[in-house]
Order: sequence, then structure tokens, then C-alpha cells
Amino acid sequence: MSVSEYFRFYGLRLEHLVSAKPDAIVMHPGPINRGRELSSEVADSQRSVILNQVENGIAVRMAVLERVVG
Amino acid sequence: MSALLVKNGRIIDPASKFDDIADVLLRDGRIVEVGRGLAAEGAEIFDASGCIVAPGFIDMHVHLREPGIEHAETIETGSRAAAAGGFTSICCMPNTIPVNDNATVTSYIVERARQQAITNVFPIGAITKNSAGEELADIGSMKHAGIVAISDDGRPVMNARVMRRAMEFARSFDLPVIDHCEDLNLSAGGDMHEGLQSTRLGLRGIPSSSEDVMVARDILLAQTTGARFHVAHLSSRNAVAMVAYAKAKGLAVTCEATPHHFAITDADIAGYDSNYKMKPPLRTECDVNAVIEGIVSGAIDAIATDHAPHPGSEKMQEFEKCPFGITGLETALGLSLEKLVHTGKISLTRLVALFTTGPAGVLRLNRGTLRAGAPADVTVFDTEREWTYDANQSHSKSRNSPFHGRKFRGGPIAAIVNGHIAWRIDKAE
Repeated sequence: MSVSEYFRFYGLRLEHLVSAKPDAIVMHPGPINRGRELSSEVADSQRSVILNQVENGIAVRMAVLERVVG
Repeated sequence: MSALLVKNGRIIDPASKFDDIADVLLRDGRIVEVGRGLAAEGAEIFDASGCIVAPGFIDMHVHLREPGIEHAETIETGSRAAAAGGFTSICCMPNTIPVNDNATVTSYIVERARQQAITNVFPIGAITKNSAGEELADIGSMKHAGIVAISDDGRPVMNARVMRRAMEFARSFDLPVIDHCEDLNLSAGGDMHEGLQSTRLGLRGIPSSSEDVMVARDILLAQTTGARFHVAHLSSRNAVAMVAYAKAKGLAVTCEATPHHFAITDADIAGYDSNYKMKPPLRTECDVNAVIEGIVSGAIDAIATDHAPHPGSEKMQEFEKCPFGITGLETALGLSLEKLVHTGKISLTRLVALFTTGPAGVLRLNRGTLRAGAPADVTVFDTEREWTYDANQSHSKSRNSPFHGRKFRGGPIAAIVNGHIAWRIDKAE
């Protein structure tokens, strides 16, 4: 089970998004493994909110920590 | 358009529970129909009077040695030996050079078989890269290239964690995992079954427990993963009992037995004849009886030969030095008739099932039946003809059989593959 075989059978690629609802978005908390978990085309596509998610995730974690220890 | 009409045989098709004198019409690679007094204009006629006509036999465990070890066997010669043994389909183990652990090797075998083989050939892929037991092989890519199962036959996966992962991936690709169950640490250095006879002969022993602990491990891993697990060539009383237990629990566990493991025992090893050396080793009468009981009860799903050709230059050495394995394609049916049917242990229908629906079910091959529309693979055999096996006349490239010179009652008459007569006895002998 090489990396290329893993990506072939389990990696998320643009062709898979065709079967998703038109308004479906791609999420991932990061860090992503390009070419293993998902292709760069998917990660960088219009439907990807990964960078927003990562950015918002920092704010959320900061807020949680503030509540817990503040 | 090519048609073949097999007439007047006793047709036994376990899948459709058919057992009667009738004809089978084959056309364009498919079974057209089974019935009495069939006629087909322009069809070639095969007179099967006095014979049994069965779905094409499947041997799910053979070693064809190609690529890489062609001086022992090739896909062509192995398929010829198979057809002469009544088999129309064979599944080849991946321990070639290179090992069949990626789609390129699988495709080579498929293409080579298409050009050279006179039977169907279904490759089995390796579980791990180079069958080294460490990294998983390209299981998914090999499935797309044509493998029907995965196995590290002969070099069993010792690391239980690797086996667990293999089962998980195999399950996601709907492939059975076939294990040659042997704890290599327990069996290390052994040449024959560990017991009274090994002591008598002064040969180092392979304990039954080396097989049993791996059968147990794999059954438990199959339960954990939900994978389909198949025990190759099981030979011990405990192994049969554990498979029966797994089946009773509803696990997807199946197994096969070889003719030599139900036909002869460790007591038959005489004169240090290296043609009696194989893995698992010939075990005791108690184990042989358990294998036969398993065949009778249904715990054992299939008969497979583990046909393992070795050239004389390698096999004809001292018992401790020679490689493990014996040929088996041409003697499987004769031995099965002798030990199972003529003794009254099982019916002819059950015998046919062990060679057809049994292996086809394990591998989910769309074969092993004479239903209309099925591939036109037919095995014709008889139960009474007396003949003597001469290993020197074998269609295999190798001669390493302990059954040379053995007299048989009943055996293969013809193998019809894809609607064509691949082998028939009156032309061949």
C-alpha cells in the first residue's frame, strides 16, 4: 500500500466533488497532506474553506483557552 | 460461432442440485442449456456416456513459477497439467520472481496466461511487498489488474499488526485473505511432522501447534476486522476444529484441504523420499481422519492441490536439504475418489462441490455451475477406469510427486475450457 495507491483509492479528488451537492464545501482542520488525503486541486478549489477553517480555528481555540484559564 | 454438445453423461451440478443423465450444450463460451436429447446443428459432439459431467473444476492453490522460475514450471505447462487433472481454472500464488505484489506483475501474469494457458488462470496477489511481511503490497491496484485474493503463501505474515491492517484493506477491496498458517519460529528447522515418526527417522519436527496458533490468530483477527479469511491447506485436527468453531460463530472463515493431507500420513514417509516433504507436513492418522471428517461435515470448503513443482536438480537431494512441496494437479481427482467417494465418506455431488462451488464461493468467481449463461467450463471424469500415475509422463515440467506408480480407480476424462476441449484422455494417452 504505497502513498500513490493510498491516494488512488482513498484520496479526495475533484472527480469525487462532482457527486457532491453543488453547495457542498470541503473542510479540513489542517495541516493537510497534499497528494495523500486530498489533491491540491481540491484543497485550493473555490469549494474549499480549509484556510478559513484553520484561521477561525485559532480564534476559537484562543477563546476556549481564555474561558478555561482566564 | 462455435458449439459443443456434451452428450449422455451423468450431469452433476451441485449449484442447481441437478443429477441425471442428460446433455450439455455450450456455445460461444457460455452454457446454453442442460437437458435430455439436445440437438444443435453444426455442433461438435462429445460423447460422455458412462462419465460424470460436472462444472469445470477450480484449483484455488497452485504455484506456476512464472515469472522467474521457469525451469520448474511455466504458466503454459502448469495449465496443461491442470487440464490433464480435470481442472479448467487455477489460481496461482504470488511467490514468483519477482513476487506478484504490484499491478505490473499481475498484468504480466494475466497477459501471459491469455496467450499461453489452456485453462483459466486467476492470480493471487501478495499481502506484503516482496512477501517480506512488513509493508502492505499494492492490494487495490492488483485487484484492478485481476487478482482474486491476497496471500503470502509460503512466507506467512508473522507480524499480527501487519496482518490486521492487511485484513482491513482486503475487506475494503472485497478480497479474501488466504493464509499459509505457520508460525515460522515454532516450525524453524523442521523437515517433517513432529511426532513418533520424526523421532524414528531422526528428522527435525514441525509441530502441529506451529499451524494451530496461526489459525487461531487469524480467526481472531478476522473477527476483529470483519475480513474474509481463508485457511490454505489446513492439516491438523485442531485447525479443522477451530475453523468449524469460527463458522459456527458466523465468521467469514473458510478453508481448503489438499489431497495429500487426507490421503497419506507421516507414517508413509519411507526411505527418506524427498517427494514426501511439504508444508504443512504430512501429519498423523488422527489428523488425516480429522481432515476427512471436516470434508464430510462441511467445515472444509474446497479441495486444492498446492501444486508446487520443483525440478529434480533441487528436489532430489537429501530430505533435510530439498525444498518443500509436491506436484498435485494430475492426481487430485484420483486421490479424492479413492479416499472420499469409493470409501463411502461423501457423495459424488459433495465431491464435485469441493472442486467447484466450494472454491468459487470463497473467491466469488462467477463459475462452478452449469447454469445457463455461466462460462462454458466443464469437467468430464469417470469413477471406474483403472489407471496408473506415471510422473514421468506428467504435463508439468516437474516430477516431484509421491504418487508416482500409484494405481487409481477413476479420474479425469476431459477438461473443457471456454467451450473448447482443452484436454481429453483418448487424444492425450
